[in-house]
Amino acid sequence: MKKTVARRRFLQGALILPMGWVMPSAAAETQARRQQVAAAIAEVFGPNRTVRAGKVQVRVPAISENGYSVPVAVEVDSPMTRDDHVRRIAVVSEANPLAVIAQFELGPQAALAKVNTRIRLADSQRVYAVAEMNDGTLWTGYGHSIVTLAACVI
Amino acid sequence: MTDQPTVRLSVPERAKAGEVIEIKVMIQHDMESGYRRGSLGEAIPRDIIKHFRCSMHGETIFAAEFHPGVAANPLLSFHMRAERSGMLTFEWIDQTGVRWSKQAELAVE
Repeated sequence: MKKTVARRRFLQGALILPMGWVMPSAAAETQARRQQVAAAIAEVFGPNRTVRAGKVQVRVPAISENGYSVPVAVEVDSPMTRDDHVRRIAVVSEANPLAVIAQFELGPQAALAKVNTRIRLADSQRVYAVAEMNDGTLWTGYGHSIVTLAACVI
Repeated sequence: MTDQPTVRLSVPERAKAGEVIEIKVMIQHDMESGYRRGSLGEAIPRDIIKHFRCSMHGETIFAAEFHPGVAANPLLSFHMRAERSGMLTFEWIDQTGVRWSKQAELAVE
């Protein structure tokens, strides 16, 4: 009899425990991912910069069957004139072991702020691009990709 | 990877003045991330290309800095405004400073 109660208690505990584990860890992971992105932006563009959402489009496949090579297209809404152009673009991962994937620098003859490349993704995640304009403002956008074969060791 | 890797360029031979052209470049390189392990469990050292630059008449049109998150055989496509005829120079520099370059002629009419 005593044993049965202990077993029941144990089973109840076993049910509750994983819920407690899963729920906060999902939020904690999201937070860790946002922090990784913020740290990467500070690493590339310097600390305490204001980053605004908008102007930047990141296109990645909704499902990446091969995380070792994921096509990414970054496009920044800019006329690319002498007075109004993109200086730099950084591609940032929220879940790779190294957040900064690539940086691009656009010269005066770069007519469109539109760059394509191929990257590695270690997990399903958002891929961010951050653009620095000639006036010093930072703009960001992201695309999300579900990675079925992760570049587990990128 | 010190031997000459294969480089593929896609640059139009001629363009009208003011025309926006797309340039595609690819270089054959493993871009070894430094995170992989060999069959005996030994760490495979990092070996990546760090820098790419496309220039004309000494002026940078487009430059890139690569990190280990860039896929093998790094491919880039970007755009430039054709203003003057000349030689486009593409160069890649790896983490140890080894440099590879290739040129393409662009005629602007």
